[in-house]
Amino acid sequence: MVALAQAIARPAAGAALDIEQVSHAFDIDGAELPVLSDVSISVEPGEFVALLGPSGCGKSTLLRLVAGLDKPRSGTLREDESRINSPHPSRVVVFQDPTLFPWRSVWDNVALGLEAQGILKSQRHRVDDALDLVGLSSFRSAYPHQLSGGMAQRVALARALVNDPKILVLDEPLGKLDSLTRITMQAELVSLWQRKGFTTLLVTHDAEEALVLANRVIVFSDRPARVKADIRVDRPYPRHRGDPYLADLRRQILGLLGLDATW
Amino acid sequence: MSTYSLSDGLASGAPRLSRAPLLANWLRETGVGVLASIAWIGFGLSCLWWQDVGDWSRTHSVGIAAFIVAAVALFGTLGADYLGSAGRGLRKRAPWLVALGAFLTLWEVATAKFAWLPLPFFPPPQSIVEVYTDDLPKLLDSVFASVKLQLGGYLVGATIGFLTGVSIGWSHAVGYWVHPVLRFIGPLPATAWLPIAFFTFPSSWSASTFLIALATGFPVTVLTWSGVASVSNAYYDVARTLGAKPSFLVLKVAIPAALPHVFVGLFMGLGASFAVLVVAEMIGVKAGLGWYLQWAQGWAAYANMYAALIVMSLLCSGAITLLFSIRDRLLVWQKGTVKW
Repeated sequence: MVALAQAIARPAAGAALDIEQVSHAFDIDGAELPVLSDVSISVEPGEFVALLGPSGCGKSTLLRLVAGLDKPRSGTLREDESRINSPHPSRVVVFQDPTLFPWRSVWDNVALGLEAQGILKSQRHRVDDALDLVGLSSFRSAYPHQLSGGMAQRVALARALVNDPKILVLDEPLGKLDSLTRITMQAELVSLWQRKGFTTLLVTHDAEEALVLANRVIVFSDRPARVKADIRVDRPYPRHRGDPYLADLRRQILGLLGLDATW
Repeated sequence: MSTYSLSDGLASGAPRLSRAPLLANWLRETGVGVLASIAWIGFGLSCLWWQDVGDWSRTHSVGIAAFIVAAVALFGTLGADYLGSAGRGLRKRAPWLVALGAFLTLWEVATAKFAWLPLPFFPPPQSIVEVYTDDLPKLLDSVFASVKLQLGGYLVGATIGFLTGVSIGWSHAVGYWVHPVLRFIGPLPATAWLPIAFFTFPSSWSASTFLIALATGFPVTVLTWSGVASVSNAYYDVARTLGAKPSFLVLKVAIPAALPHVFVGLFMGLGASFAVLVVAEMIGVKAGLGWYLQWAQGWAAYANMYAALIVMSLLCSGAITLLFSIRDRLLVWQKGTVKW
């Protein structure tokens, strides 16, 4: 409900995302390997949805479908009623690896989207704004090899945000960071999302991260992934990691993932 | 040298260290420079002391020039602190100056003065200097012809190679047709085409340009292709989600990512094209340094051959230096390991 209120307060900031009966499979040496099985998720504008599941279950595949990088075998994906067929800068992905272009400076990396769309000349200030947003203005002329892991991921985030995406797709973006940087960046993500109001889709395999960030957690089964549970997290931000309500949800989620014995 | 602990080393150690080593330091820094000066004085003396066994007109001037170098080395070394970067450069190169002076002295004595080395084949330094002063116009013409031919062929070959490489790496259809041709023709040494090229092409100039382009093109094509083919798909995914069109993917993703490979190809192509250039000039083209070498050999003008060889090596190494500095400029992003 918080998210819905935000979406109303800032119209057109986030887009609705409808995933309808999507199934997908890979061909591996002629054998059919199903990865997604009849997945249906409906995301409201401005919602922060976390996709949680065992590693290799097909979450990242679903994100590639949302981004339009791949086409599903069956089913449809829609952004605000229009069908997703190809990538579009209104749905930007931040991958687990920052994948900054090493031959471009930080500023040029962030400018990539505007340049690709041919609007950089008139919109240069947006690049500066995005760098300000992630606090890396002073590193504008640095090259990626000069950045730490957390900084590189922040640049990747700025490179996504500069396009003013309606849906931000995050594929374990904090997965490779050290735990301290991770916690800082989780807080930054929430505040960015609250300020900008875009719809966020976050793939993670960390239940705690999902609960601290998202207002909805969708739990997937093992491959082929199907939706196992759809959990609302009705808690105001900033959330406290020790919150007993979240701890309870976490136990529940780990149970769904078959890890209750270790808890 | 005394050992000292950290506590007294910080406070009093530094001044205590400074006196005696300062002199030793000064000696070490200037010693080599003085030695270089002595070596060049030796060269100068070796020129002027004894009579030449042959008839060379530049012996006296070479001797004087050696003394000038010696003087420059000496005063440059002593005054290095006032000369800034030039002084530092001189100090760094002083050992080489010593070696060079010693080598020239030995060369002078072994050829012009006592003829320990058989004479027409091993000309003394002054006869090579004589070539540079007296045969300069012809030599310059040859240099100009060589550079023109090399540059034209290399640019054509590198451009075609680069474009072909990008097309093969990018498009499967182009790869299907071009790849077999490349595999069949590419490994053939360009010089093997010489006889055919010289009678199929209208002029020896166009034939040589073709051969040089061929020698350059093959490595550039293969390495550009492998560079484009090895670009990580993640880069394309990122660019595509940001709204990149195919032209953007080629020009702003594939090519910059492949550039390090391309430069390896350009470097290999440069080496291969030098070989073809010289052979082509020796066989068919009536100009250039290769032709000059051939002509000098015909007249048993050995000094001219050495003189041309030195010029040739300077040109080739200059070309490679130029290529490397362009690469360093374009690929700054590769350098440096500074981490914040």
